[in-house]
Parts: sequence; structure tokens; C-alpha cells
Amino acid sequence: MTTDGIQLRVDDVSLSFAGISALLYVTLEARQGEILAIIGPNGAGKTSMLNCINNFYRPDKGRIIFEGHDLTRMPAHRIAQLGIARTFQNIALYTGLSTLDNLMAARHIHMRAGFVQSLLYWGPAHREDVAHRQVVEEIIDFLEIEHIRKAIVGTLPYGLRKRVELGRALAMEPRLLLLDEPMTGMNQEEKEDMARFILDIHERHGKTILLIEHDMGLVMDIADRIVVLDFGLKIAEGTPGEIRHNEAVIRAYLGEEMTE
Amino acid sequence: MAILRPAGEFDTGYARDMATIRRPWQWWLLLAFILALYTLPFYAGQSLVSLVNRIGITIIAVQGLNLLTGYTGQISLGQAAFMTTGGYISALLVNNLGWSFFAALPVAAMGAGIVGLLFGLPSLRVKGFYLVMATLAAQFIIPWFTRNAFPDVLNGAQGLNVQVPILLGLEFNRPQRYIYITLTVLILTTIVAHNVSRSRLGRAFVAIRDNDLAAEVLGVNLFKHKLQAFFLAAVYAGVAGALAAHNIRHLNSETFNLTDSVFYLGMLVVGGLGSSLGPIFGAIIVELLIEGATLFGPFFIRTFPSTAAGAVQALRPLFFGTALMLFLIFEPRGLAHRWYLLKAAWRLRPFSH
Repeated sequence: MTTDGIQLRVDDVSLSFAGISALLYVTLEARQGEILAIIGPNGAGKTSMLNCINNFYRPDKGRIIFEGHDLTRMPAHRIAQLGIARTFQNIALYTGLSTLDNLMAARHIHMRAGFVQSLLYWGPAHREDVAHRQVVEEIIDFLEIEHIRKAIVGTLPYGLRKRVELGRALAMEPRLLLLDEPMTGMNQEEKEDMARFILDIHERHGKTILLIEHDMGLVMDIADRIVVLDFGLKIAEGTPGEIRHNEAVIRAYLGEEMTE
Repeated sequence: MAILRPAGEFDTGYARDMATIRRPWQWWLLLAFILALYTLPFYAGQSLVSLVNRIGITIIAVQGLNLLTGYTGQISLGQAAFMTTGGYISALLVNNLGWSFFAALPVAAMGAGIVGLLFGLPSLRVKGFYLVMATLAAQFIIPWFTRNAFPDVLNGAQGLNVQVPILLGLEFNRPQRYIYITLTVLILTTIVAHNVSRSRLGRAFVAIRDNDLAAEVLGVNLFKHKLQAFFLAAVYAGVAGALAAHNIRHLNSETFNLTDSVFYLGMLVVGGLGSSLGPIFGAIIVELLIEGATLFGPFFIRTFPSTAAGAVQALRPLFFGTALMLFLIFEPRGLAHRWYLLKAAWRLRPFSH
């Protein structure tokens, strides 16, 4: 970990698809233990930013440093092992598995049972499964999803699936949590539940959270700092109070006034 | 679907909650079933014993395919080719080098596994239909190899006569004896397959099947686990191939062919993809259907004497195809799923919800 408290540093990253720029010279930093929100109109490059961090997309230019590791040259599964977990905008659960097994599957990086041990199962692999079940049950408890523990996630309603996906990310015990629109498509009550979980995760475990969200009210309430993207450019950065009154942000969201 | 527990049964620990066999009577039932199978030669006729023997070997091949296709989601049409590989390795070791079959069997399994690994390499780059094409290549290359390479050892298209297994002077030359080898191996393969399904490895497999991008973000090494799945599937095929070769005592490039590979996939669909019970149900039902088609044949000829005997040959694919279609329409999750529903209904009885 770096001494200046910066856990993730996105340094001058550019990304383009067939000539269309998704990100242009974006630089941002996530400090240890903060909730950093990335906001911006549709197509601003928010999800592209997360995909670069996960190395789904390889940036054309720039570097992404997490706790001293350069992520831009690292396979996605190695990045997970460094302690970065993520949820997806469109929910990417293992639909054929139960809630429990989805969370257990996320313990993959913490489990040691190898190929042969898995085939034999009894002994080390079984003991390990039981031990990790304990951890998973605590997360199930925390997210209040005990009642759907053994339900196949493909059959769950949308709001619960979002919650299970958050649980799956938590089961990885990450140091950095990337949340891609965790509250999209939810009603007010579900949104408030989700916001409470995010704040709880932050307070209890001091995890760094990088959050993409459209609901401005919620972002203003829970984020420590906000980065605003528009057409791949970072147009503002600051505390919710500063962003609220930022000229460039208001222009990006409300459009330019046509008065001469 | 939530897993229902019978009334009054409560788990007192995670290990207990995770157990597969939960109550003493279930152990007894299982033991009785296994005992009934082992004593089959004493009370059943040769044709039934031979059928059970054949079904047992088929189950092993389908179990392997289930690990690859059912759990990992990598569709393969190469299972029969890896059976050919296993069969030839075992046959050569026993025939030419004088190995015991029981030593040759694991070597044949490993050999087939390594070949399977090679044909699994494209899975890093291609998915779905294109991967089917890549595995289909195995189904052409391997038989071609056995027909054309090393004619003095592999004996070309003629193939090999395979010796029967001998253990402590006992020749396993009849189905009534061979069934003991098959059943013992089948029990082992069933346990291993079930272990895979409930372990870290199996969860990684299913993660790849259900959402490979998410799996990667959650730290699953796709390439490594896909190759492990291909390896396992081919190991199972190798075991099944060796067992079958020494059972029918002859082996050539066509003993296990593309039709078999397709049938195995069909059995998996009928039985239930991604379930430990799937291969067992599927192999039994489809093999019985084929058997039924064979029995139905003479009746068919008597009823329609004008049709050539060739029409009887068409009955098998006809029965199989019809069954497959009906399953895809009415129960795409296979008999294993139906079985779970049945158990759930039984536990809820007399209340349906």
C-alpha cells in the first residue's frame, strides 16, 4: 500500500473503439477507505472506466495502478486475486447456482483445494468448504438474504438478485469494491436498503468503494468524493457540495443555455 | 427451487447441511441397490446382465461429458474419439506389452486425458458452435490416425482383437464376470464426479458455464479450468473406452464413432445437464429405448413385411430422436430435474405449496 493513502490511481488513461473515444486522458485517484462516485450522462465512459480497471478493455494509453501493481498488463483473474471485486450493471450472477453457491464460488480466490483434492473431496477440501461456508453465512446474514439461501438465483426477483450480486462481491473480501449502478431499476425502498448496505460495508470494514450511479440524490448523500465524466473527459472532481455547484457539471447535465 | 427438508429434520452444522446422503435409511437403500447390482449375475439372465454392463460403461462416458458440457458448458462432440484413444492405449498395453488390464486402465485414462487436453486448447478462443466444430475435429482425426498410422501396431482399419482382463487367474470373459469390473469402476467414477460437482473445482466450472466474464472478474482462471474440464471428460472417456474394448474384445476406428458422441450428448439432455444423476438417468433411459427398438424390430417386420430390414435399423435413431425432441420440449432440464420435483412434491404432500 502506498503511503499517501491512494489505493487506486488511474493515470492518464485513454480508450477508443474504432476511432471513437470512450475515455480521454482520464486521471483519477481512489483513496484508501473512501466512497468515490463516478457520475456522468449516458455514454460518458463510466462503465468503460471500470472495464479498464478489470482489464476487460486494455487502455490505448495510460496506466492503472492498484496498491503498487500495474493492472493494465494483468489478466482479469489475477486482478481479482489482488483484492478488487465488482458488480455489474446488468447483473452477472451464476444463474444456475443457488445464492449460497454463488457466494461460495466467489470464495474461489481464498480457497486452496486443488484439482486432486477437489476430486477426492473428503478431508482438506471438505474442511475448507465448511470453513468458508461460515464466512459466506455471515455475509448472507449481513445482507438479510437468509430466506433465499438455497434458491436458484435465476428465479429471484431483480432487487434480490442485485443484493446477491453485492453479496458475491463481498464474499471475495475485496479491498476495493467496484459497484456499477447498484441501484438501477429499483424502487425507492430497495434503493434505500442498498444505500444502507453500501454505507454499512464502508463503515464496518473500511473498504474503498468505487461507485457508478445515476440517482443524483443518493450519490450526493453517500459519496465522499465525486468524479464527473462527460464524453470520455473528466470535467470535474470534488466533494458533493462542490460538484453540486460546478458550472461544467450543470452544463453537462442540463445542456448549454442558448442565450447570447 | 428451494431445497425442501422433510418435516422435523433440522441441520445442526454446515457439514450436515452439505451432506449428500442425509439419513441412515438412505445409506441402507443405497447399499441394498448396490448389492442388488452386484448379485445380478445370480438371478438375472445373460442378456440383462450384458445390458446392465453396457449401460454402466455408457454412464461413465456420459459422466465425463457431463463434467465438460453439463457443468463447464463446453459442448463437445469428441467423447467417442477419446474413448477410442483410451481403448487403443489399453488394448496395446495388454496385448503387446503383456500388462495387466488393471494397470493399463489408469494409463489409458491418463493418455486419453492428455489427448483431450490437446483438443481442449481451442476452448480458450472459441465458444459454443465453433467449439463443437473444434471437438468434431477430434472425432475425425483420432479414428483416421488409428486407421492409417503405425499399421503394424494398430493394424489399420481391421483393428485389434483385445484380450480379456485377468485378475489372479480369473478371466473376465463373460458379462456375468465383467459386470464386477464395470460396477466397481462406475461407483468410483460416480463418487469422483459428484465430488467435483460440490467442490471448489465444480463451482469454478459452473461459474464458467453461467457467466464466463463474471467468473474471470471473480478470479477464476478460465483457461486452466476449461482445460481441467476437458482433461476430466477425456479421462472418463478413456476409462469407458478401455472398459468397452476389453468387454467386446475387438476394437477398430469405428467401434466408438460420431453417432455415439451425439448419443452421449442426447443422453445428457434426457438425463439432465449439470446434475450428478443426469448421466445415470439419461444413459439408462436411452439405452433402454435402443433396446426397445431392437425388440420392436421383429414385430415391425411382421407388421410391415414389405419394408426392407434396413427400416429396422432406422428405428433406433427414430426412437432416440423422438425422445430427445420430447425432452427438449417438455423437460429441457432432464429427468434429474423431474426427480427433484417429484421428491419435493412427496415432501409437501398432501399440500401442494
